[in-house]
Formats: sequence, structure tokens, C-alpha cells
Amino acid sequence: MPQKKSLAPELVLSSAPHVKAGQSITSIMWMVVLALMPATLYSVYLYGIHALLVICVAIIAAVASEALYLFLMKKPVTILDGSAVITGLLLAMNVPPDVPLWTVGIGSAFAIIIAKQLFGGLGFNIFNPALAGRAFLMASWPVYMTTKWHTFTPTNVLSQGITNITDMPEQAFDVVTQATPLGALKEVPKLLSDLHVLPDMLHNLLFSKEMLKSLFVGNVGGCIGETSALLLILGGLFLLYKRIITWHVPAMYIGTVVIFMYCYYSLSGFPYPVEATVYHVFSGGLMLGAFFMATDMVTSPVTWKGMLIFGAGCGILTCVIRLWGGYPEGVSYSILLMNTAVPLIDRYTKPRIFGTRA
Amino acid sequence: MEINTLFVILISTIFINNYVLSQMLGLCPFLGVSKKLDSAIGMGLAVIFVMGLSSFFTFIIYKYVLVPFDITYLTTIAFILIIAGFVQFVEMVIEKVSPVLYYSLGIFLPLITTNCAVLGVTVLNIESGFVNSNMGLLMAVVQGVGGGIGFTLALILMAGIRERLEVADIPEHMKGLPITFIVAGLMAMAFLGFSGMKI
Repeated sequence: MPQKKSLAPELVLSSAPHVKAGQSITSIMWMVVLALMPATLYSVYLYGIHALLVICVAIIAAVASEALYLFLMKKPVTILDGSAVITGLLLAMNVPPDVPLWTVGIGSAFAIIIAKQLFGGLGFNIFNPALAGRAFLMASWPVYMTTKWHTFTPTNVLSQGITNITDMPEQAFDVVTQATPLGALKEVPKLLSDLHVLPDMLHNLLFSKEMLKSLFVGNVGGCIGETSALLLILGGLFLLYKRIITWHVPAMYIGTVVIFMYCYYSLSGFPYPVEATVYHVFSGGLMLGAFFMATDMVTSPVTWKGMLIFGAGCGILTCVIRLWGGYPEGVSYSILLMNTAVPLIDRYTKPRIFGTRA
Repeated sequence: MEINTLFVILISTIFINNYVLSQMLGLCPFLGVSKKLDSAIGMGLAVIFVMGLSSFFTFIIYKYVLVPFDITYLTTIAFILIIAGFVQFVEMVIEKVSPVLYYSLGIFLPLITTNCAVLGVTVLNIESGFVNSNMGLLMAVVQGVGGGIGFTLALILMAGIRERLEVADIPEHMKGLPITFIVAGLMAMAFLGFSGMKI
């Protein structure tokens, strides 16, 4: 029987949603890369050519291992979606600037193959790949990961150098300023006791206005991506404006750190609780972690309730590791630890189905 | 002071020296019973109970029987005997109270007997030098319960992750145990963040 041709225009049936935002995985990923750019470029300016090499090696190794794996597994090679680029970039931002290049390369390959692709690739990984790569490097080459800091640069566009306002001995001042900010808080007091510098003097220097300003705009030692809180916040605000991330995780994360640190320092009778809190908020990888790593769509909870719990957990763990832990910085470990809890958080924060009773 | 010591023991056995993730003890139930969250919780509670009580009894037996008679070389075998007795007891209770849980735990319930974490916690109680302390018994029980809680924490986290991995597009040859071992390794790396913690 010959089919009659319909006179009406052809009806295309497709399932919801019918109104779409222009976002795709590719556009989101490249937007995140763009948001990270100011902080990255500033770090390259601050730490020099070796930092740039570290970043390049990390990204190239990540993209290459993703391409190789997908090719060998006969899957569509999706390296242009930018997710491997982000993993490499974030890993590079989590290592010290003078780390040997092969280390970052191995870290990137581990992050992509073990922490991401073996779980099924983008969207299935339980752990943030970049952080898993960093934890792997920390466990394998702890000396490179904790000593290869860049020496302090006296000249800087964004802020003045820190001057020796408390009249410390020259040698002691060098010890303080060569350490990372959190390292100075945690490990330097032991070194300084040999040089007869009292903890009070150290605290006067660390919690001075000048030092806090330096921390905020970024004239301090540290990992490649944890220098300028200002530029990282700008990048984070850009992502918030573009609605790629929501405010829940960063706000809760940073808020918890503020409250926890303020309570700790004021309850323990420390003379400058406010300055110490500000110091903790702007130092280390907190801004990078709160805006760029804890908000990873795959490894953070789905609902806003879950995000709040996740952020608070990250904040508490960060403070606990910074105050009592063996490492000066706890952001990466706290996010990894909370990543393990994400499936449970999601399970217990399921939204109520519309029309049912809670 | 004493309360503080107990608190430190509890926190360090749960997080810092987590029996599963830092000392790699008790891996068989950790991998075997972590498929479903419900049975993981049941198993965890059973292990907390067994660890706490066997810490109590092994400590008494060690201090008042093995040491006075100078037969501490029998420690391992005596402890295994005590633990085995307990597990039988727990098994009977669970079978009566919750048959569903009993069947979902299956072979792993009797296997708590050979759960190295339980034997590990009792031996570590002795090696930690609690015997010489006045508070020794209490410390041992706290360490036992803490070890159980740490085990339960690791088990529940793992169960949550594995339930999610059920739907993940994992390569064929990595499905099941292989990916679970990788998750366990990554979790252990995350728990390294607690290492060296001083309270």
C-alpha cells in the first residue's frame, strides 16, 4: 500500500528539555580554563620560565595520556573537550614551581589514567583527578613536593616586598620569607628557636598588615596556583557569573574555615585572632580549592543541601589538618577525603519527589 | 587528663591509624561486604561490637592469665580462641534478631573470626603498652571500639562509592574487584592527609 504523504509540516518528536542553554561540556571546560588564566599567568610572571614549563608538561602529559588511552581502548578520542587540559592545569597549580618536570608528567598520567579513565572517563570518576595526581606525587616523591619552592622575589607588580619590620636577625628573616606562608606558621618556629627568635616576633611579622596584603594579592611562596588570592577570586566570580559553579560550595567552604579558625584562635587566647583568620583564609590553596576543585561537577554533590554539607566538611578537615596535621596545608587532602563521602551525601540528600510527603 | 588520652586514642584509631586504610588490616571484609550499603552498616556494627568486647576480654586474659603464668608466647592462639568464641556469639544474636542481615552478611560473619583487623587490634593493645597503665583496660576497649568505628567508616564510604560505580562505564576487565582495589588505594592516599597528626 503506497504511503500517503502528510500535508502537515513534519512533526519532530524529542524528549525534554526543549529549551536549552548554550552550555556544553566543551564550552564549560574552556570557560574554566579561561577563569584560571589570570592566576596562571601571574604565577608564570612570579616564578619564571620553569613554572611555565611545569604547566606545559602537565597539560601535554594529561592530554597525551588521555588520547593514548582512548585510542588503545578504541573509544572516541575526546581530547578537545578540554577536561584533560583542566586536569593538567590544576595539577600543575598544585605542585611547587621548581619541581622536576618528569614528576609532573607522571602525576598527570596517573591523574588521567588511574583516577579518571579507569573509572569510565569524564563523569564517572569518584576522585578529583588532579588532586588524586597530587596525592600520588605527595606519597611517591614527598621531598620534591615539599621543598622545591621558588625563592622569594623582591620585585612584583601587584605588591611591595615584605620588609623586616620587627627587626629580626637577617638570617631569621630569610628563613621566614623563604617558607610558604603556611609552612612559616607551622614549621618555622622550630627553626627559629635556634636563632633566638621568639614566636611573638614571628607572629608580629606574619600577621602584620603588610604581610596580609601580600598574601591577598600574591607575593608569597607556595605552589604554582596558590599565590594570588585576588586573581583566583576574580576567576571564581567569573565562573559564578557564568553560572558554571554555584555559590554553595565555595561560600560554605571558606565560611567554615573563617568560623573554625576564628573560634580556635580566640578560644586559645591568641592575641590576634582576626589577623590569624585572614592569614589562613588567603594563604595556601584555599581559594584555588574552594572555587576550582571542590566545585568540580563530577566529584561534588548534586543537590544544594549536599553541597553545603560537602563544603562544611572540606572546611573542617582543612582546618584540622592545618592546625594539627602533619602537613602545613590540608586543602587537597580535605577535598579528596570529602570526595570519598560524596556518594553517601548524595544518597542522604535526595530531593523530595514533587507531590509526596517528606 | 585521662579523658584526653582516651579521646586521642579514639581519634587516632579512627582517622590517623585507620586499620583498613593506613594499616591495611581487615581487607577481606572491606572488599567483600562493601557491595551494598545496608550490609556494610550491619557488618560495621558487628565489627565494632566484636572489637570492643574482644579487646576487653583479651586484655584481661593477657594481664591476669598469660603474664602471671609466663605463657605470653601463647598470645596469638589464646586471642584467636577468644575472638572465635565471640564471633559465634554475635552470629547467634544476629541470626535471631535480624535474619535478613544474617543472610546478607553470609559467609563474612563467621569470617570475622579470621578478620585480621580484630586480631590486630587485640595484639596492638598489648604492644601499645597499655598493660603497664592503670587505665589499661579502658584504653584497650577504647582502642578496640575506635578501631571498629574506623573500619565501619572505611566500609561505609567504600559501599557508597561501589554503589555509584555500579552504573559507571568501567572497562570490562576492571569491573568488580580490580576497580575496588584502585578505589581502596586512592582512599588510602586521601587518608594520608591525616598522617603525622598530633592532637
